[in-house]
Amino acid sequence: MSMRVLVGVKRVIDYAVKVRVKPDKMGVVTDGVKHSMNPFDEIAVEEAIRLKEKKIVKEVVAVSCGPTQSQETIRTALAMGCDRGIHVEITGKEYENLQPFHVSKILAKIAKEEDVDMVILGKQAIDGDNNQTGQMTAAVLDWPQATFASEVKKNNGDLTVTREVDGGLETINVKLPAVITTDLRLNEPRYATLPNIMKAKKKPIAKKTVADYDVDISPRQEVLSVEDPPVREAGSKIIGNTV
Amino acid sequence: MAKRLYFASNHYVRRLCKFGKRFMSTTSCIEPSSGLTEEQRHIQEMATSFAKNELAPNMSTWDQEEYFPKETMMTAGSLGFGAIYCKDDYGGTGLSRLDASVIFEALSQGCVSTTAYISIHNMCAWMIDTFANDTLREHWIPKLATMETLASYCLTEPESGSDAASLSTYAKRQGDMYILNGTKSFISGGGETDVYVLMCRTGEKGPKGITCLLIDKDSPGLSFGQKERKMGWNSQPTRQVIMEDCEVPVSNRIGEEGQGFAIAMNGLNGGRINIASCSLGGAHACIELARDQLLSRKQFGQELANFQFLQYRLAEMATRLVASRLMVRNAARALQDKSPDAVALCSMAKLYATEECSQICNQALQMFGGYGYLKDYPVQQYLRDLRVHEILEGTNEIMRMLISRDLLKH
Repeated sequence: MSMRVLVGVKRVIDYAVKVRVKPDKMGVVTDGVKHSMNPFDEIAVEEAIRLKEKKIVKEVVAVSCGPTQSQETIRTALAMGCDRGIHVEITGKEYENLQPFHVSKILAKIAKEEDVDMVILGKQAIDGDNNQTGQMTAAVLDWPQATFASEVKKNNGDLTVTREVDGGLETINVKLPAVITTDLRLNEPRYATLPNIMKAKKKPIAKKTVADYDVDISPRQEVLSVEDPPVREAGSKIIGNTV
Repeated sequence: MAKRLYFASNHYVRRLCKFGKRFMSTTSCIEPSSGLTEEQRHIQEMATSFAKNELAPNMSTWDQEEYFPKETMMTAGSLGFGAIYCKDDYGGTGLSRLDASVIFEALSQGCVSTTAYISIHNMCAWMIDTFANDTLREHWIPKLATMETLASYCLTEPESGSDAASLSTYAKRQGDMYILNGTKSFISGGGETDVYVLMCRTGEKGPKGITCLLIDKDSPGLSFGQKERKMGWNSQPTRQVIMEDCEVPVSNRIGEEGQGFAIAMNGLNGGRINIASCSLGGAHACIELARDQLLSRKQFGQELANFQFLQYRLAEMATRLVASRLMVRNAARALQDKSPDAVALCSMAKLYATEECSQICNQALQMFGGYGYLKDYPVQQYLRDLRVHEILEGTNEIMRMLISRDLLKH
């Protein structure tokens, strides 16, 4: 059986960057800041490519919702081995107010339109740390979900997924089609090779807008203020006999 | 519990990625991706992340244990770093000289010495790819591209350094064989690499009597001197290559008899760009380290970054780095386009960048005070590794000679 997989790749502020709050306290500084693919999404891409290399999957489509620069993130996914990309361009205020609720609806539409058997997403993005998009996408599609995956195995028509849960590891079977979100130990993403970086240039990226998917992305939340974490205060020494 | 796991996993992301402390919040004026195409930026990003994950954590150990990291180089080869500017028909990556410069600059941020060897290997691969016949290319390029097979460049002799055309290693033709006698010195990778791209004399005195041969490590009559003890470049062995009635098949000749000196000099033009690029990466790393030091170290009750002398010094270092980079990239383009001034431009880039970048490392070390002199801090290693760039691939004195020759020609 040859399946088709959709992977979500979000462009986020690079994890090595020290994040700064904007002077107006309405968000964080993103201009001139190094961005890269959300690390959990890299794991999602890697897992999809491995399934393709095992011939379980025939096509991997990478999707990103965001500003023009999100195409660079898609290009990275293509260099790692995805077959083609979909860029849903969302900019400015609309992007600032974009929430997992909206993204999940867009992803669900694309999953249907592309007739995929599996959606693989990072368990969360390291910018908002929401951990919602995968679950919501499964709900919108009314598909089974296997979140925080640390192992994914194809089992006849189903998937056997090991999940990292609070108490340890949980193994579940899900029927396809399904939504999977990746945890850290699922795999170690590869480097894109130089020849694949060059080939990625020629792979197609479809440019879309929210209107193409007929999704309402009007904000459901309002950001009142973004604050730096409080500076840790100096501790005090306890003098006396302690054991 | 859930919260703990959550934080633990975030912590893991960072550890997995092996990135050190968080530093820059915004890209600064020394950003090396400035002016590059999107594809070049992708290549650079990949090379930088390879440098930070695979090279930087080992740079100090490899230096102190004098370890030649063949496995890491094979990983580099599997990504396309072994034959970057060779044609792609036999497994080369098919990129430009500028792309290669961008890659070596990025890699050397993680380990100058290892990257410098990789750059020499690339130079040898290019010489074979460009001047050897298809039989040799088909045999060697695929293995060199993956770095399963490693190459060394052999020009210098004990009595023939800057005056390279005076080399005396002699190859006597005997049927299908050359019989070689002589010694090559300062050979990077010597004794541990698999194939030697070697210049020897087959004819008259001077440059026109020199021929380029490809010598297999296992050739009868080939041996190696003891490993040299060096100030830097310790992650790659340096030995003499000694030939005593060493037998090399005539079919291993690269180009024609008498063409060797031209081949050697052609290789070196690119080699000069590569080595200068390695200096750029080392200097870039030192400026970042120095900047972090100025922002964190306090003396006289305030951060060093508040002292105007150090602010200005840092500004000068950054300016000289960017100026060096522009020269190197300009020379790389000239070489790629076979521009008539390419030789002089490569020489200028090598002269300027290697000297300025050594000075940048030295000044960064000064900003660290006594700590900079300790082997626990990486700046001293960058300084030691960069120093030799002013000497090899043609000394900087020879660079001056080539530049003035271009200016004073009639």
